[in-house]
Amino acid sequence: MTLLQARDLRKRFGPVAALDDVSLSLRRREIVAIVGESGSGKSTLLNVLSGRIAPDSGTVLYDEGEGLSPIAGRGEARLRHLQRTRWGFVQQDPRQALRLSVTAGGNIGERLMVSGARHYGDIRATAARWLETVEIDPARLDDLPRTFSGGMLQRLQIAATLVTEPELVFMDEPTGGLDVSVQARILDLVRGLVRRLGLAVLLVTHDIGVARLLADRLVVMRHGRIVETGLTDQVLDDPHHEYTQLLVSSVLPA
Amino acid sequence: MIVLDAAGLEKTFVLHLQNGTRLPVLRGAGLTLRAGRCVALTGPSGAGKSTLLRALYGNYRVSAGSIRVRHRGAMIDMADAPPERVIEIRRETLGYVSQFLRAMPRLAARDVVAAPLLDRGAAAEAAAARARAMLDRLGIPTPLHALPPVTFSGGEQQRVNLARAFACEWPILLLDEPTASLDAANRDIVIGLMREAKARGAALLGIFHDRHVRDAVADETLSLEPLKESA
Repeated sequence: MTLLQARDLRKRFGPVAALDDVSLSLRRREIVAIVGESGSGKSTLLNVLSGRIAPDSGTVLYDEGEGLSPIAGRGEARLRHLQRTRWGFVQQDPRQALRLSVTAGGNIGERLMVSGARHYGDIRATAARWLETVEIDPARLDDLPRTFSGGMLQRLQIAATLVTEPELVFMDEPTGGLDVSVQARILDLVRGLVRRLGLAVLLVTHDIGVARLLADRLVVMRHGRIVETGLTDQVLDDPHHEYTQLLVSSVLPA
Repeated sequence: MIVLDAAGLEKTFVLHLQNGTRLPVLRGAGLTLRAGRCVALTGPSGAGKSTLLRALYGNYRVSAGSIRVRHRGAMIDMADAPPERVIEIRRETLGYVSQFLRAMPRLAARDVVAAPLLDRGAAAEAAAARARAMLDRLGIPTPLHALPPVTFSGGEQQRVNLARAFACEWPILLLDEPTASLDAANRDIVIGLMREAKARGAALLGIFHDRHVRDAVADETLSLEPLKESA
């Protein structure tokens, strides 16, 4: 069943076509990775799909249980509600997403309160449980995130995103800028949580290894266009498009 | 009962980075698999045996032909099925095993083996018990069960991979050199597993360079020849 669908998206930044006639769809519980190099338009696509920026033309549709309908037609308030409750967004830099002057527990609790939780004890207990889920010592509940390492901050952002049990999570280079050993831990965590919670995920990454590990399907982008799509193993093991072949052959084997 | 029926398969690799060189590998390839029977693919290196196996699994996309697989009681054409259906067929019906394990960081050997069972909806305890039994059977020492196979030797990784493949009772199992580089004792264990799979009605298609293995499990052979170069 289709959860999200994009039709004929176009978006220009000055002379640059960041999105040039992009269409795709995402099913419930499906994990789709959007891969491509810097400037391919993949982050713009994620921002348009998640309603953070408007396309010049084209439509993003979402199914909140009553069939697909355009997100643009919902109005600002309902779109914000959708983003806060049914959706989550994991950014590359957790410092952009978290409030560093608020405790770890507060960062998690804030999202719960936005989605309606009121009981202080429950919120605190849920926050502690989520710290544990993302492998942060619950004793750090009252610590400020600025005392956390980069990997811990990213795990805190993941906890703060997933605590409201969204059905769709957008992820923009969630392991970018982290050490390789830290990346592996985050990836393993994300992989486990996504399956357990039955999330649909749209993941932007330039790292083919990340895509291989997490995604059911791949969308390969170049110069604002989708050049190839397919099951992850099909695209990576039998790339058809010239650009995908270059992308795959440019990776150093582990 | 026919469980897989492939016909007219075409596969040509186009190497854009090598001036668009075309490598035709399959032309009009096809085969039929029946429940409880094993077909061995033979032919010289470069004849397209692994390519055919991967094409049947949907890993390599064919440009023509049909791959009809008995799935949930109906024959479904994999070559023409949407991605979610291919994933479903791979989860429930069609298994594939090569000699190489794609190791996941931090995932313990027992969890690697249990994963496909859990994907099919098995209870955690049942999957864990089955994983333990399969790892024992393939001679992976108990202390290693809790460790990620990334650090294991090549032979141990291969046996973890085989434990994973045989933990599920696949109706159809594709095997690419499953016993390559195993010692005689482990090879015989894998022969035993393949025979048991056949006995419960699984259809097997394999590439077995080891003649002993082929003679022990195969009911028929299908010989592939390399295609002549064409433009």
